[in-house]
Amino acid sequence: MTPGLPHFLFVGAVLFALGTYTVVTRSNAVGILMGVELILNAANVNFVAFNHFNPNQLLPGQVFSLFVIVLAAAEAAVALAIVLAIFMNTKSIDVADADTLRE
Amino acid sequence: MALLVAVIVVGVVRMVPGSAPLLAEGAELARPSDLLFYALAALAIASACGVAFSRNIIYSALSLLGALIGAGALYVYLKADYVAVTQLLVYIGGVLVLILFAVMLTGRIGDRSRSNPSAAVLPGVGLLAAVLGVLGFVAFKAPWQTGSKVAPDASTASRIGDLFLGEYLLAFEVVSLLLLATLIGAVVIARKEIKE
Amino acid sequence: MDILGSLRELVLASGEHGEHAAPLAVQAVKSAGYLWLIPFFPLLGSAINAALGLRIQRRYGRKWCSHLAIGAMVASFLVAVVALVDMLGQPAERRYLVDHLWNMLTAGDVQVNLSFALDPLSMVMTLIITFVGALIHVYSQGYMADDPSYWRFFCYLNLFVFSMLLLVMGDNFVLMFFGWEGVGLCSYLLIGFWYTDLEKAKAGVKAFVTNRFGDFGFVLGLFLLFWALGGGWVTKQGVTPEHESRWALADPGYQPKAKDGTFYEADRALTPASPPATYDEVAKLGTPSGWSQGPAVAVRGGVRVGPTLSFRELRDQIAVESTGVRQRLTSMTVLGVPVLALIAILLFVGATAKSAQLPLHVWLPDAMAGPTPVSALIHAATMVTAGVYLVARLNFIYALSPAAMTVVAVTGAVTAAFAATIGFVQNDIKKVLAYSTVSQLGFMFIGVGVGAYWAGIYHLLTHAFFKACLFLGSGSVILGCHHEQDMRKMGGLKKYMPLTAKTYWYACVAIAGFPIANGFFSKDEILWKAFTAGDNLLDPAIGKAIWLLGWLTALGTSFYMWRSYYMTFTGEYRGAGHGHGTFEAPAPGHAPPAAAAAHKLLPRLATHSLGAAHAGTFDQDVAMASVQVAGAGGGHAAAHGHSDAHGHPGGPPQESPRSMTWVLITLAVGCGATVLLGLFAPLGIVPPLEHWLSPSLLPAEALVHSRLSPDAGNHGLEWLLIGASVGVAFGGWLLARAFYKDAKSAVPVRLAASYPRLHRTVFNKYYVDELYQRTVLAASMVFARACSAFDRVVVDGVVNGAAAVGRFLCNIDGAIDKHLVDGAVNLFADATLRAGKQLRRVQSGRIQHYLYAALAGALVVVGINLLLR
Repeated sequence: MTPGLPHFLFVGAVLFALGTYTVVTRSNAVGILMGVELILNAANVNFVAFNHFNPNQLLPGQVFSLFVIVLAAAEAAVALAIVLAIFMNTKSIDVADADTLRE
Repeated sequence: MALLVAVIVVGVVRMVPGSAPLLAEGAELARPSDLLFYALAALAIASACGVAFSRNIIYSALSLLGALIGAGALYVYLKADYVAVTQLLVYIGGVLVLILFAVMLTGRIGDRSRSNPSAAVLPGVGLLAAVLGVLGFVAFKAPWQTGSKVAPDASTASRIGDLFLGEYLLAFEVVSLLLLATLIGAVVIARKEIKE
Repeated sequence: MDILGSLRELVLASGEHGEHAAPLAVQAVKSAGYLWLIPFFPLLGSAINAALGLRIQRRYGRKWCSHLAIGAMVASFLVAVVALVDMLGQPAERRYLVDHLWNMLTAGDVQVNLSFALDPLSMVMTLIITFVGALIHVYSQGYMADDPSYWRFFCYLNLFVFSMLLLVMGDNFVLMFFGWEGVGLCSYLLIGFWYTDLEKAKAGVKAFVTNRFGDFGFVLGLFLLFWALGGGWVTKQGVTPEHESRWALADPGYQPKAKDGTFYEADRALTPASPPATYDEVAKLGTPSGWSQGPAVAVRGGVRVGPTLSFRELRDQIAVESTGVRQRLTSMTVLGVPVLALIAILLFVGATAKSAQLPLHVWLPDAMAGPTPVSALIHAATMVTAGVYLVARLNFIYALSPAAMTVVAVTGAVTAAFAATIGFVQNDIKKVLAYSTVSQLGFMFIGVGVGAYWAGIYHLLTHAFFKACLFLGSGSVILGCHHEQDMRKMGGLKKYMPLTAKTYWYACVAIAGFPIANGFFSKDEILWKAFTAGDNLLDPAIGKAIWLLGWLTALGTSFYMWRSYYMTFTGEYRGAGHGHGTFEAPAPGHAPPAAAAAHKLLPRLATHSLGAAHAGTFDQDVAMASVQVAGAGGGHAAAHGHSDAHGHPGGPPQESPRSMTWVLITLAVGCGATVLLGLFAPLGIVPPLEHWLSPSLLPAEALVHSRLSPDAGNHGLEWLLIGASVGVAFGGWLLARAFYKDAKSAVPVRLAASYPRLHRTVFNKYYVDELYQRTVLAASMVFARACSAFDRVVVDGVVNGAAAVGRFLCNIDGAIDKHLVDGAVNLFADATLRAGKQLRRVQSGRIQHYLYAALAGALVVVGINLLLR
């Protein structure tokens, strides 16, 4: 069976679902970040697939996915810096421990 | 493992009722490039499963590598060569290394054992099923309007370059600014604590 | 000459046969990518001064603030000159430079671009603005030398120039409106520059509010025009045969790909203005206004028909007869009124406010509260002429409506005469000039109103020179006399300020209409064109009447200008500047007591620095930086501090610094040099400026086949009228000389005494301000009071009554409440409290929980969506 747009979207859906699962089940901040990366990749797969099956000379899907990659990189850098900072303060990277804003 | 997942994926695809006309249209399953897609999809999905289900965070990180490579390979399959290369460079060369560093710097290798792991896992699985169900349903049932036109085989790198410095210049510059801000922000956040 | 000559012949010939005029073609354009630099430099200068001005002033000295601003102006002027050279290299019909920067918004079929355009008309305006603007910047350097808010002044001034350039160079109504509002804002900021003086702040507000009235008309006119151009008739009547061809025109390379599937269809529907070209021609997409550059695919004469905001597209639609727009517009009515006349008059309402015409002229004399360079730049040379520019720019609309032309011309004529009479009796030198400006603007409107657009613009140009020279001369006088503006306290200044006197004299010659300076040529051309307006107005007789009124006004102009000259510069110095203790008391209500205190204190503190004087005066305000001390106290004290700095504390008047006198001389030379642009008008040869402007100005005869008066070619008559004009110029001069030279004659005083009522009426500006006070303001006050009374009596009564009833019911209710309901309520409250305690846990601080909630919400939305299908 020739893979069409739905197949790619399905791959994206699986990645997204696994990403959310990762975010939800991990208490480790770095693990959560990995889940977020998975989610972003799922979105990217969709973007690129849409672009491929609806060609446009402006390549909106590919360009958008590139921006997503850039944002993901920025997000990872900042998030990991925050993780390091939290770790230095609390000696823990369990997100459950970092709830001081709750009060 | 990858093969196993590929079989599962094919099975799922066949089972989804909406895909029946698709099946009728492209009846045979024999083209090597099609098989390649399934293999790559299987790689990505299997690695993502590794990220999600592995107990050890190092294994998770390494599985993430597989998932990212799988996704990147899918981009190549979709003739998005530039995006694929960027994926390789930025994600695998940058983000993943960053994550590995973070894992090591934070000192605790391996997930901390939770007092009641099942409480988190069960709703997680429920969520997984629900999200997958809805998204899969949408993916196969939605009336996607795909043009009959297919993207040409030409490299996209030069065109994307033109677009970044033309049509999307503003966004491009804004992203550059964002990256600068990130750079400074990350340094500031990580450094403040060291000073103490 | 050749092209214009043939054009004229065509026009005249066709006019006589009553046949169709020469077919007017689509405006050809040339793209010039550097035009944005012209407004950019002032904007940059303004931005730098706004952001860093105070710091620059403190750290490096104030001169850098002004150098920055002047540099920006000079750069802007140089780019304008480059554009002029570029334009001169083009054939006359291609003199339309366009610089498209980007698309600001697309709504339906309408695109609004940020693009600048220069045609001969806006070129003239741009050159005036940048040249005179640069001179006035230089002048301000001297005039404002001791103001604490030096940087702020130059920041505003540059911002003003930027807005004015935007107004003039914008190629569509939206940009013009930005500029229109921008200059209004800057005018407000600069009139109220010394904002701590309540009177000056009020004058700024008055200007701003009066202009709002005009802007209301302007915007209404714009909406109406937009409405008239668009609407169903375009497609219904088949003016555009089918939608496709518009797109075809929009991008020549584009072929509709109907069989290509849904994608292009959808995309095109979303962004109709820039339809995607073929897959691989990305570069073409950025091409601005591609449709005019492509091959002229016939959409009704090669013009895209429909609502537009671009001047050029509008002009093309109206000029090219086969579009059908002209017929449609001229035949359209709304509520029984011809829509074109309504549009033109509403737009003209905007022009009356901006250009201080009756009845919205009241703000301009008050605007003299601003610093004198501001009066010269904004309230004489540039901003107030924006209305004239607007009418000239939209000549193709006005030409179609003789009624609107008549309104414009008559308003101009009445304003000119009206303001001139007020000018006879004013004693404040700046007020005289202000009313003279109103009057001269009236002349310009006569010009554009009778269809002699070029003459109106020529008068605008000459006025920019001689009025700027007069204003700056008055500024020099005011500075020389220690901020005295009353001409009765001047006199004999020729001795003290020879350069100022000479330049002022020459500018008076120009404005009074002696044929040795530019004012004569422009004014006379306007009057001649009014006399021969013919069918351009509703009735040829109106043109004659306007001529008569204008002619008498010219007499008045000559009289009051020479009056101001003789009162100021001849005779003996009557000022109170010969000693320390004799400062004039500030006008009542003109300055807060603190400022008066500053006045009394200053002589004693003369040896101290200016800052010390302020510290001593406003000791409660010592904490404030001396920069804060602007306004009346600051203004007056700064002025005296200025004279202190020059070593003449309150001494005899003295010539202004060189940076000011040079500017005066340059402007006076300009008054003479610009004669060349209109020199040949009375000789019956096409003057250079008319020739130059002709590509921008569609001859009214070509649009509506109207005929000029049969006298138009009568040179003998023209010479006669010229003689009459020169005669009144001399008459006014001799009269003023007899009355006011050396302040010897007692006639003026006697005249004023023998007609006290008349004199008082005129002196008080015909009580127009009071009229507004009584009508507009009072009406709104009455309305407000009525609302208040209604509120108090009716609404409050109802409320109070309801309250009384309510209280009664409540008492009953309360009894029930206390015993029956409270129990339930307390139960409920307890339950809520408990639930809240439980719910508090929702806010767990764990992202997982939040994620669950978010995704669950998304799933619910998807689920509902599916169920509803």
